[in-house]
Amino acid sequence: MEKTIIDRPATRNSCVLCAPLGASIVFQGIEGCLPLLHGSQGCATYIRRYLISHFREPVDIASSNFSEESAIFGGKENLKKALSNLITQYQPRLIGVASTCLSETIGDDVRAILKEYRKENQGSPLPEMVNVSTPSYHGSHWDGFWKTVLAVVTQLSSQEEPVRQRLNVFPGLVSTADLRHLREIFTDFGISFSILPDYADSLDSDAWDNYHSLHEGGTPLSEIRAMGRAEFSLDLGQALTAEDSASGYLAKNSGVTRLSCGWPVGINESDAFFRLLSRISSQPVPEKYRQERSRLLDAYYDGHKYMFGKRAVVYGSPEMVAAIVSMLKEIGVIPVFCSTADTDFAGIEERVIELRPDFLIGSSKGYQISRKTGIPLLRAGFPIHDRFGGQRELLLGYRGTQRFFDHLVNVVIAGVQDSSPGGYAYV
Amino acid sequence: MVKILAERKKQVFRQGQDKFDLACGKHSVAGSVSQRACVFCGARVVLYPIADALHLVHGPIGCAAYTWDIRGALSSGPQLHRMSFSTDLREMEVVYGGEKKLYRDLRSLIAEYKPRAAFVYSTCIVGLIGDDVDAVCRRVSRETNIPVLPVSAPGFQGTKKDGYRAACEALFKLVGTASVKDVSRFSVNILGDFNIAGEIWTIKKYYEEMGVQVVATMTGDGRVGDIRRAHGAALNVVQCSGSMSHLAELMKNKFKQPFIRVSYFGFEDMAAALYQVADFFGNSLIQEKTVALVKREIELVNPIVQVYRRALTGKTAAIYVGGAFKAFSLVRALRLIGMETAIVGTQTGGVEDYQKLKELCSEGTIIVDDSNPVELSAFLKEKKVDLLIGGVKERPLAYKMGIGFCDHNHERKIPLSGFSGMLNFTREVYATVLSPVWKISKEIEV
Repeated sequence: MEKTIIDRPATRNSCVLCAPLGASIVFQGIEGCLPLLHGSQGCATYIRRYLISHFREPVDIASSNFSEESAIFGGKENLKKALSNLITQYQPRLIGVASTCLSETIGDDVRAILKEYRKENQGSPLPEMVNVSTPSYHGSHWDGFWKTVLAVVTQLSSQEEPVRQRLNVFPGLVSTADLRHLREIFTDFGISFSILPDYADSLDSDAWDNYHSLHEGGTPLSEIRAMGRAEFSLDLGQALTAEDSASGYLAKNSGVTRLSCGWPVGINESDAFFRLLSRISSQPVPEKYRQERSRLLDAYYDGHKYMFGKRAVVYGSPEMVAAIVSMLKEIGVIPVFCSTADTDFAGIEERVIELRPDFLIGSSKGYQISRKTGIPLLRAGFPIHDRFGGQRELLLGYRGTQRFFDHLVNVVIAGVQDSSPGGYAYV
Repeated sequence: MVKILAERKKQVFRQGQDKFDLACGKHSVAGSVSQRACVFCGARVVLYPIADALHLVHGPIGCAAYTWDIRGALSSGPQLHRMSFSTDLREMEVVYGGEKKLYRDLRSLIAEYKPRAAFVYSTCIVGLIGDDVDAVCRRVSRETNIPVLPVSAPGFQGTKKDGYRAACEALFKLVGTASVKDVSRFSVNILGDFNIAGEIWTIKKYYEEMGVQVVATMTGDGRVGDIRRAHGAALNVVQCSGSMSHLAELMKNKFKQPFIRVSYFGFEDMAAALYQVADFFGNSLIQEKTVALVKREIELVNPIVQVYRRALTGKTAAIYVGGAFKAFSLVRALRLIGMETAIVGTQTGGVEDYQKLKELCSEGTIIVDDSNPVELSAFLKEKKVDLLIGGVKERPLAYKMGIGFCDHNHERKIPLSGFSGMLNFTREVYATVLSPVWKISKEIEV
């Protein structure tokens, strides 16, 4: 026990955020939902700021706003007051309460408080309320994300609901363009589906006339309730165990068949994904996607020489890193170092200096390493705080891979061009 | 009409319509989406720019991760402040305490990065799990021979202002610990400028041209060594008074150093700041140099500002910023370019500040304390303003509603202080207010 404490050094430029951030993103992707963090004001404000800088959208996250008294006597009264104020000011359809390190450490039982609140307010119309335990001292923002998906499904889905969709989809922390592309693909296969969470509209929305205090879009609550009546659940990403996943819960409790595949990036993983859809829909892969696949393959041929033997460092969520590594293997790029959470950015920097890869792939937080070493960074994943449009970069499917591959080849070409004597006009 | 929470009604005031009785300095209402942060945030923003210090956040990972390289506070030398260090507490420490980890982390980080001092910020749960941070800091300081300063900053223990206070107290422990040899009698410390986009360099140049030595800059482009001898300066010049007045008070009590409050934003306030400093020394040479400086600088940029003024006259603005001093300057600077302020609010203003804003603003202006997106957006819509000035959290509000925006917070990349800064500000306002994008119809017309 003692040893684990001593062996873990200080974290220098962390690769992960805290779990309530993941919870907040999931809640942003549900119809009429407002996230409420049970803790200090700063948690909500920092997370809002972090998300706003990536999505460039208003992100409303409420806080129960602990005071010194709440820290001593418990946050129950604050939480109840917060619920009442949110209901008055926002009229949400769902309030998603995520705990923080503070409320967990003092031992607030959020579930019991919500129960008590419902009881005290019997008779008045109340929104749905779900809670998830997300102390910052346990797990990353990715863990917080998946835990919240599980909590939402566990607390809202019911066997009593009428059948709505055949397929539940849990895509993980993908971009808003990825979510829209997934919708298009499922629609083209003629499968009725529900994606949780779906923040394609809420975190990448249109211009407004009036301020919308509640975000638009999001997974409809009726679909979440009916998730137990679907035939299949599909996890994108294979890092989750059955116990930790909503699909596992639905399989165990409602007999919904659990399917999983990696993020469809590259030809192999995309093939697996499209084959799966073809199988469950009993439809052939639509011509449109066959063409996209063929065009991508043609691009692989055209660009192969730029890529072969190149060495990459990849960091990000487990789902994304696994998918990108699989794609890199297809084009002959060697991933020399990959990190999903265990190594902080100071550690990654040390490895980059030692390994001298040809490029880095990951979030914008690797920029300083890139700048210091002169090794180019191809931005992918979350967050992208220093480029425009990072929230809607398409990565999934043949189409997303195409876009990603084009960028990757251009990173290499730009390097050749910039370092050539005189600067070639044709590369 | 916007739904204002009952508990917040007294935090909104309409000039010329309401009896002035604005409530402020209150804890944010539970369940509101406040634009404020917390005690930790206040302490962290103030100390962050000290570039040769180690800043270690003692707590779970979130607080350090969200404040990694968060401000554009530039350093002319070391860049250590831009690293994010955390003890990254996990369950194990929550149960058994984090003192051992803190000690080890401090020792190894100090050995590796060789800072001139270390600040240890304790966040929400540190007190609850019973860590004696002060004792660990004392021990490490003794063993490493550098100041190791605890900054008690649990988020819930007050508001952002209490965080400023904690930061000031940590700084105060450094002041007076080094020799003041070579400090001129015509000397100042700059307090409350954080060198966003290099602003402190502009101001420092002005003082040097006037013949006034700048001893310590707190905390923009700050150095531990300078802060240690800050007690030698003849005068403390305090900007952003909300954050640093407390330190000025402490220094006044202990070292008999007087202080003045200034703002470096806009022609009027910038000139007034330099004149006030010059008058303090009462030295005719300094005064002459100051007059010449102000004249030269204004003659240089004012003709250009006037060109923009013609295009901007009659436009209206909303201001929502952290501190009130910034708001005063902005109201005046906007007036200089022909714009009136229809809405003005702050996160941390005090009663006197709001009283002053009331005097400064014209009939119908909405004055608001600790607002939130729902309220702010309703005010923006009601007043049909052309511009919102705020920070990164307010930006998407403006853009969603199709309104121009100007960043006056930590993330700006263009220096707005000083005379040249006023020109930059004018250009930025012009570029956003006059952009043709606001005129494009929101729907296709068929």
